[in-house]
Amino acid sequence: MKVSGQRSIDPATIEMLEHVAAANMPVAWDRYDAQQPQCGFGQLGICCRNCTMGPCRIDPFGEGPAEGICGATADIIAARNLVRMIAAGAAAHSDHGRDVAHTLLMAAKDPNCDYKIRDERKLRALAAELGVPTEGKDLRQIAHAVAEKAFGQFGQQHGEVIFAARAPEDQQKRWRKAGVMPRGVDREIVEVMHRTHIGVDNDPVNIILGGVRAALGDGWAGSMIATELSDVLFRTPHWVRSRANLGVLDPRNVNIVVHGHEPLLSEMIVAAAQDKELVALAKSKGAQGIGLAGICCTANEILMRHGIPVAGNFLQQELAIATGVVDAMIVDVQCVMPALGKMTECFHTKLISTSPKAKFPFAQHIEFDEAKALGIAKQIVRMAVENYPNREQCRICVPSASNPLVAGFTAENVFTMLGGRYRPSYRPLNDGVMSGRLRGVAAVVGCNNPKHPHDVGHLEIAKELLRNDVLVAVTGCSAIADAKAGLLCPEAAEKYAGKGIQEICRAVGIPPVLHLGSCVDISRILIVLTNMVKEGGLGQSIADLPVAAAAPEWMSEKAVSIGFYAVASGAYTVLGEPLPIQGARGLTKFLTEGIEDLFGGKFAFEGDPVKAARLMIDHIDERRAALHLPGPMYEVPYAPKTVAKAKAAP
Amino acid sequence: MAKMIEINERLCLACKSCELECALAHGEARSLAEAVLAGEPLQSRVHVEAAGQYSVPLQCRHCEDAPCIAVCPTEAIRRPSEHGPVLINAESCIGCKFCLMVCPFGVIDLSRDGKALVKCDLCVARTEAGLAPACVWACPTGALKFEEVDELLRRRRRQAGAQIAAARETAGKKDVT
Repeated sequence: MKVSGQRSIDPATIEMLEHVAAANMPVAWDRYDAQQPQCGFGQLGICCRNCTMGPCRIDPFGEGPAEGICGATADIIAARNLVRMIAAGAAAHSDHGRDVAHTLLMAAKDPNCDYKIRDERKLRALAAELGVPTEGKDLRQIAHAVAEKAFGQFGQQHGEVIFAARAPEDQQKRWRKAGVMPRGVDREIVEVMHRTHIGVDNDPVNIILGGVRAALGDGWAGSMIATELSDVLFRTPHWVRSRANLGVLDPRNVNIVVHGHEPLLSEMIVAAAQDKELVALAKSKGAQGIGLAGICCTANEILMRHGIPVAGNFLQQELAIATGVVDAMIVDVQCVMPALGKMTECFHTKLISTSPKAKFPFAQHIEFDEAKALGIAKQIVRMAVENYPNREQCRICVPSASNPLVAGFTAENVFTMLGGRYRPSYRPLNDGVMSGRLRGVAAVVGCNNPKHPHDVGHLEIAKELLRNDVLVAVTGCSAIADAKAGLLCPEAAEKYAGKGIQEICRAVGIPPVLHLGSCVDISRILIVLTNMVKEGGLGQSIADLPVAAAAPEWMSEKAVSIGFYAVASGAYTVLGEPLPIQGARGLTKFLTEGIEDLFGGKFAFEGDPVKAARLMIDHIDERRAALHLPGPMYEVPYAPKTVAKAKAAP
Repeated sequence: MAKMIEINERLCLACKSCELECALAHGEARSLAEAVLAGEPLQSRVHVEAAGQYSVPLQCRHCEDAPCIAVCPTEAIRRPSEHGPVLINAESCIGCKFCLMVCPFGVIDLSRDGKALVKCDLCVARTEAGLAPACVWACPTGALKFEEVDELLRRRRRQAGAQIAAARETAGKKDVT
C-alpha cells in the first residue's frame, strides 16, 4: 500500500508507514485523520471548562454569545486556557529538574549510590555561583549543598530564583518592572492555577504575565537545574559522533529502545547494556550483542553524553515497535503515546513503564527506584535479552536509512572552541556576527505534529537559514529531524550553507547545525545568548542580538512554556502551529505585537517553513541595522530588506 | 434520486462544529483563524437549537412544496432542478423577509449586511465535487447524515421490520410458556 509523501519527508518513516498501512495497523497519522474535522472552538481557544456553570464558548463571528456565563470574553478565556498550558509545561520540565536534583542529593549522601559525581569541574563552578562554601569540603559535601540549594529553588516562596541572575542585566530589569521575576518554580505554577480559577484574574494581559512568570521559572530555573545537575551527575557533553534513524536498529542485536525524557534511568540502562554477564547472555541467545537506541529527549540525553544512536523522533515511536526488532521499549515520562501499548500487543516487544507518575495500557510496570538504579536497569535489560528469541522473523521490517551526525555541543564548549583550547572566549562568535560572516544565530526546536508533514518544517527552516548564513542551534525532536537528514555533519556546510558559515565550519570543523541537547537543554541556548551579550558589541540584551527562534512542528504544553520564556527573554519566536488563541483578537495582537514593549521578544505564527525562516531573517536584519552592523559579508539568496543606514557624509 | 440531510437529535452533543464549518464553507477565508483575525463576519446556515434534553441542528429542509418559493415577490427563491436544493439568488432578493415569516423551521436568516436573505444551499459546490455538505462533514457523532431519500427509507423500513419480527418472536415465546 502506498502512503502519501505528505505524511513525512523522512525515508525511513515513509517506508514504515507503507509497512504499517499494509498490515492495517493504525498510527498517529491515521488517528489524526479520524479526528477530522477538529473542533473549531478548541482550535481558536474560545471554549472554557473551568467551572460547571459552563462549558461556555464564544461565537467567533459575533452572532452568538460574546461572553461566557461569568462574563469572560474571548480574550479572557483564551488567555486563561493558554497560561494553564504554560503551567503544565513548566510543571513537566521542572519535575524533571526536581528528579535530577533528588538524584544528586542521593549521590551526595550515599557513597555506595549507583550515581556518582562525574563532572567535578562543573560542580565546583556551580558551587561558586550558588555561594556554596567549598573550603575544606569533600566533593560529596559540596554536591550535597549544591543539591539542597537547587532543591530549594522549587519550593522557594520569595526572592528571586538564583539562575535568573545569569540573564543579561537589562532583561532582569524588564522582568522586575513587569512583575514577572520568578520567586520559586512551584509557586508560579500554583499561582497560574489560582489566577485561572473562576472569578480571579480577568485581565488578559495580567493573566499572560502570570503565565510568563511560570515560564521564566521553567527556563531560568526548572529546566536550567535539570541541565546543570545532569551535567554534574553524568558529565557535561562533549563532541560525539553517532547515527540517527530507524536504520540504527540492527536485527542481529538484542534491541532496547529508551523513550521519554529523564536521563536518570537511561544512564543506568546504558551501563547495564554493557554488563559483561548480560552481553554474554545475549550471545547465548544467538544475538550479536545488545544494541541501545533512543527516541525523543531521553535519546538526546544519552546521545550527547555517550554517543548512543537515535532511533527517531516523536512521531516515529510507534514505527520503531513496528520494525519487529525492538525487544523492549522502556519509557519514563512525557511525549510517550498511550498508543504504544496496542502496538506492542501486535509484536513481541515488551513495553516497560518505569515512572510511578506514568503508567500505560498493555505495559509491564517495573518501577524505577534511584536507590536501586543499576539493579533495576539490569533486570530490565535481562528481560529484553530473554525476549529476543520471541521475535517473529516473518514480521521484521527495518528500514535501512540512518545518517551520521555530530552532537554534544554546550554553552561551555560550543563557542569557546572558536577561540581555541587556550583562549576560550565568545569573542570569535561575536566578531563573526559583527563582521557579517555570520548574519545571525537561530534556534530551531520543538516537537513533531501530524498537522504538519513530519520533519519538513524543521528541515526547510534550517536549510533556508543556513543558505542565508544564519548559524542554527537545535534541540529536542528538531535536532533529531536534522540528524536524520544529515544536517548535523560537518560536510552539510558544503551542501547547504552560505559562504560565511562554510568558512567558519571549515576553520573549526563544526557542523552548520549545532545539537545542544534535549528540550530542557534549551536552557543552554539561553546561556549561549547571554554570553553573546556579555561578550560585548551586540547590544545590552538578548532582544538586541541578531537572533531568532522557531518551533515549526510544536504540539506539547512544554513547548508553550518554552515559547513564553524565549519571548520573555527577548527572543523573536516563530511558531509553525499557532497558539490556540486566535479566536481572541486582542490577545493575538498582544502576543504578536504588544508583548515586545515589555520584554523585547514576541511571537509570530507562520506555517510555511520557508516564509517562517524569512520572518526570522528579516528580524535578524532589523537587529543588525539597529546595531549599525553591516549586511551579510557574502551574497545571500534572500537579500536583507533592512540595512544599516550609512553614516551621513559630512 | 435526491439526497437529503437526516438529523438524529439523539446523537447531537451541541458542540456547534456544524455551525463553524458551515460558516467557513460559505465565506472567503481559508481558515477560521484567518476569518477571525481579518474580522470577516462569517455566517452559519445551520443552527443548533436546544429542545428539552436534546439539541437539534436545523437547516433548510428544501421543502418539496416550499412556502418560501411561493411567497417570494421577486422570484429570487427557486428550485433550479427537480428534487434539487431550494436556492436564493442574492441579486434579485430585496430583503422583504416574507420567506423568513412563512418558513416553518426558522432557518431563513437575514444576511450580515442585511441586504438579502441567506439559508442552507445544501453546499452545492461541495456536493457537485462529491463531498458531503460542510455541516455533515463536521459532525463528529454522525447526528447529521447526507443520504439518498430512498436509502434512508429502506433503512427505516428494515429497522421497523426487525422490530415487528422481534415483537412477534417475544409474543410467540410467551404463548409457549
